[in-house]
Parts: sequence; C-alpha cells; structure tokens
Amino acid sequence: MIVVRLLIQTVVLALKQIWANKVRAMLTTLGIIIGVVAVVVLAAAGQGFKTFILDEFATLGANKVWIFPRMPDDQRDRFSFRQIRLTIEQIDALMPAAPSLAAITPVMQINETVQAGERVQQFVSISGVRPSWHDIEDRSVVQGRALMEVDEEERRQVCLVNDKAIEELSLPADPSGTTILVDGRRFLIVGVVETKAVSPMFGGNEAQTEVFIPFRTGEMIRPRPRLYAIATTKAPELFVDAKEEVRAQLRRMRELKPEDPDTFGVEAIEQVINQFSKVATGITVFIAGVVSISLLVGGIGIMNIMLVSVSERTREIGLRKAVGAQPVVILLQFLVEAITLCLAGCIVGLAIGMGGVALMRMATESPVAKAEAPMWSLMLSVGFSAVTGVVFGMFPAIKAARLDPIEALRHE
Amino acid sequence: MTIRISELWKIYRVGTEKVQALRGVDLHIRANEFVAIMGSSGSGKSTLMNILGCLDQPTAGKYELNGRPTHKMGAAALSRVRNEEIGFVFQSFELLNRASALDNVMLPLIYSRTNFWGAKKRAAEALDRVGLSNRMDHRPNQLSGGQRQRVAVARALVNKPSILLADEPTGNLDSKTSEEIIALFQKLHDEGQTIVVVTHEEDIAGHARRIVRLRDGRILSDHPTEADPVHREFLARAALMATEAVAVPTADSLPGGPP
Repeated sequence: MIVVRLLIQTVVLALKQIWANKVRAMLTTLGIIIGVVAVVVLAAAGQGFKTFILDEFATLGANKVWIFPRMPDDQRDRFSFRQIRLTIEQIDALMPAAPSLAAITPVMQINETVQAGERVQQFVSISGVRPSWHDIEDRSVVQGRALMEVDEEERRQVCLVNDKAIEELSLPADPSGTTILVDGRRFLIVGVVETKAVSPMFGGNEAQTEVFIPFRTGEMIRPRPRLYAIATTKAPELFVDAKEEVRAQLRRMRELKPEDPDTFGVEAIEQVINQFSKVATGITVFIAGVVSISLLVGGIGIMNIMLVSVSERTREIGLRKAVGAQPVVILLQFLVEAITLCLAGCIVGLAIGMGGVALMRMATESPVAKAEAPMWSLMLSVGFSAVTGVVFGMFPAIKAARLDPIEALRHE
Repeated sequence: MTIRISELWKIYRVGTEKVQALRGVDLHIRANEFVAIMGSSGSGKSTLMNILGCLDQPTAGKYELNGRPTHKMGAAALSRVRNEEIGFVFQSFELLNRASALDNVMLPLIYSRTNFWGAKKRAAEALDRVGLSNRMDHRPNQLSGGQRQRVAVARALVNKPSILLADEPTGNLDSKTSEEIIALFQKLHDEGQTIVVVTHEEDIAGHARRIVRLRDGRILSDHPTEADPVHREFLARAALMATEAVAVPTADSLPGGPP
C-alpha cells in the first residue's frame, strides 16, 4: 500500500518537476525523443514498403506453383538435358498424385512470327496451354470466349490474344472471328484476355503481344516442346505439402535414387516472399541498432540531468531522510523520476513520429503511402525508454540513497 | 524514562587523526521534560543532537529511546525510529519551497507505516496547534520567518513523536519572532510534549526547565533553570530562608556590634 501511494506521489511530483522545467526536460530527453521518432518513422516506412512489395507479389498470385526442369549444380556429367526435360506424361501424372493441387496446366512457350493482314510481327510469345490455365492465371476474358476442352481435344486452330495485340497487329476492336497466321497456320481468334503488367521488379517489361493456343494444337507446331507447368494449390499454406507430393511423384517417375538431387524445381511465390521477409527482418535489426545508439546517447543525457537534480536537491534528500524516508524509498523516488522523464520524452517522440507517419501517408504515390507504425515499434519505444530510465537513473538514484543525512542537511 | 544515554562515545576519523567528539556522556531525560543543551562550538553538542535524533550512531555506549536500544539498530530501523519517535526542527526551517504548508507538514506521513490514512486531517490539526490553520495553502516563500518555523514545528509534531528535537530553532529569527517560537515551545511543553533544544543563546535556554552544558565532549553541568517551577519553589524557599536568616539576629547584625 505504502509503496503504491508513494509511487503515485512520486510520479505526480516528477511530472510537476518536468512541467516546471519544460525546456530543460525537453533538451534532456532530446536523445530519447529522436530515438523514438526514428523507431516509429523507420518502422512505419519499412512496414509501408513491405505492404507495397507484398501487394506487388499478390499480382503474381499467392498460391501459384511453378514446376520446371532444373539441372542440379555440378551434375552435368550425370544428367543429359533430355533426361531433365519435363514431359507431358510427367505433368499429366502430377494431378492424381498431388491432392493439394487445385489445377495444373502445362505451358509450352515458343516464339513465332505472327501475321495479321499486312502486319507481320516476329518473335511473338505463343503459349500453348490447357483450358485450366484460366483457373490458374488471374486474367479475365474481356471479349469473346475462353479456351475450352473441345478446342483441346479437337486440336482446333483457335487462339486468344491479349488486348495489346489488338493495337500492335491493328486488329479490329473486337477481333473475335478474325484470323491471324501463326507460323504460317491460320488461327481463328475466339477471345481477348486482359494484359497484366508484371512489375519490372520481377523481370516484367513493357506489355507485348501474347497469343494463347490450345496445348495439343501447339504440339502440332512443335512436337516435343520444352515445357514447364503452372499450378495452384487449394490454399496458400498448402504449398509445402504440394511441393512434397510433386517431388515424390516426379522422383519416382524419373527413377531418381535417394542420394540423387532433384532434377526439377518446384517454387512458389511464398518462397520469394519469405526471402523478402528475411531481408525485411535484417532491416528491422538495423533499425533497432540505430535506435539503441540514440537511446544510449539519450540515456547519458538523462543520467546527467538526474545527477544535477540529486546535487540540487541534496538538502531536500537530507530532510526526507531525517523525517524517516528509508534509503530504498529515496532510491525509488529518483528512479521513478528518471523513468517518468524518459517516458515523457517517449510520448513526445511518439507524437512527432505519428505526425511523420501521417505525412508519409499523405504522399499517396510513394511506396511508403501505406506506412503504418507497427505495434512492436510502439512497444519497443516505450520499453526501451523505460529501460533507459532504469539503467541511467540507477546511478544517480543510488547516489541519492547513499547520502548521509547530516552531510546532506549541511550542504549549501 | 524517554531517553537513557550511558557512557556514550563518538570518535571521528579525520584523515589520520582521531577526534573525540563525545567522551563518555551520561544523560537521562524523562517524558515531558524541556531540556536545553548548550555548549560552544566543538563541545560535541551537534554530535550529541545527531545521535539523539538517530541520524548518527555512537562509537561506543548505549542510547535507549523509550526502552529500545537504538545503538543496535540498522539504517532502515533508524529511519523508522526517526519517523515515529522524533520530530526535527532545524535552524533554517528546511521546508520544500514548491509545496504548500499543508504538503510540507504531511511529508513525514508519506513515509509512515501507521499514520497513512487521514494524513491531510492530521497535518491540518498540527498546523492548527501552531496557530497557522489560516495559512495551509501558502507556500513557504509566502510566509514570514516565524510562520515558516511554525510550519516546521507542525511538521515535527505531525507524527506525534516522543521527543521534539530543535537545533538552534531561533537562529535565523529576529528577537520578537524568537519569543513567539519560544512561547510556542512553552505551550507545547505545557501540553505534555518532551522537548530538547540545542542552542548557544542563554536567554533561549533560560526558558527551558533544565540546562545541560557540554564542554570538550563531556557534560560540564546539568541543572534546572529558574523556569522550572520545582526549582523556582526551591529558590523561593532558599530566598525565604535567606531573608529569615536575615531576620534572625546574628552577632554581626545586632545593634551595637563590632564597629
């Protein structure tokens, strides 16, 4: 009880002291204020940047999985590229073996010359895909129809183009029903899919003409094409399961021995995100380092002012001891004062930092427009300030507690 | 017996030299005594006061306060004794300037274990006892010297101590306000308070009932003053006896004695 009441009284006393010496307190806690502002602003900017990047990732699809051939490092003498290649049989065997997958399509990507009327364009990206591609890629059909099973089964010479192609090949606004020549073969345009710009960060560049044809039709242009597969998992967190299922099936089909490395890759956007998160964590540690230095400097300021305070109030300490304050109570009083000072600085810092964050949010075009001070930065600020108060207030407080009351009352 | 001091020694070490501030002091003070301790500087009176006030510990000897051996206590226990048994009045008042008179008086109660609740009421009562009930919200710098010292006395009294220990309480006051403070001490003494005043002013000490004089760390004399009614009666009787003695004719006083 006595301690609680004493604490409240001490805090009130300390706040009065701070209010009476506003400028002095402000200057004293400048280190703390700067430290806290740094934490809040940097953490918020980091958070905003992270959100920005994750949004970019999300455009690629969060639960998308890529399956592709990959030569293991330093194993070129053991595996030929022919062995490494994904075959359509292998891809077709994955779906029954991997219950975590929702959909899969092989993708054959070739570059061919495309002609529409008089317009000729070389090295146009032609993708041979199954109709399930529409379930995997988040690209809506804006005109006409999607690719269908019947196109696949009957190896129809139909295609989808993206809206960029309309412009580049001078096609009519609704190109459905017109034909284009791909590698000399006539293809009927049945629909248009939207163009999705991939951020330059991930190797995307200016949107270009794309043509999508049924996979089996593509096999007629290129009988044994180089393949990769894209798939989606039933949920983003199922990626690890899906990866293991795909790996087991592919290793079995490729008759790999247990000691052999994988001759293929299974990757998800998740992993890229994880790697990015590691970098982000590194940045966070760096921020914490900056902050601890600034709080150290701030702490020395606090210690200095508390030593001044103890020496200014020597007689008061003597009096308090004479009327019965135990040394531990005096210690507590000065410690609480130091902590209160630090926390007051912390609150000022938080206010300024929040103001900074609000400013960042006003710049809607910048990558930090979604800046938001994360909870941990606030906790870190308050916690570190309190710890600074305890650590740097301890020495002056001990000095006060050890004062001899007789000497203290004689002090001028 | 409130204070029982026997064979009290205090030896300071100043550099390589040893200073014997107190050299075997014996002193008993009963409840409701009003004692003045006098002596020139270096006589050991400050040292004795510090030990009486439990601010300092003797090198050797015993000091029992209300039967409790304080010479065996540790720092925390002594803090408690100071809080509960002793009320200090200092020469320079030692009030906290940023606190009101009431808050100043409440200070010892903050550190008290027993007198927690109703601290404000107790402080107000103490201020009333010293006649300052209309100055409770004033700060020390809004009060006169005599009023400040009365606030200090109220602070000393607030925890109902067994002794009121005053160190040169009128040292910073003019003669008129000194009289006021002495009158206040007289009143408190009449109400039953045990008071020990350390002073070097004879006329202040003269208001006490008993004067203990120190010199070179020893008690030089310990006698009642004219203010002590018992002593006064004794003196009166002695004077009467003296006049009676005059009335009884002696050989010298007889008319026609030796020329």
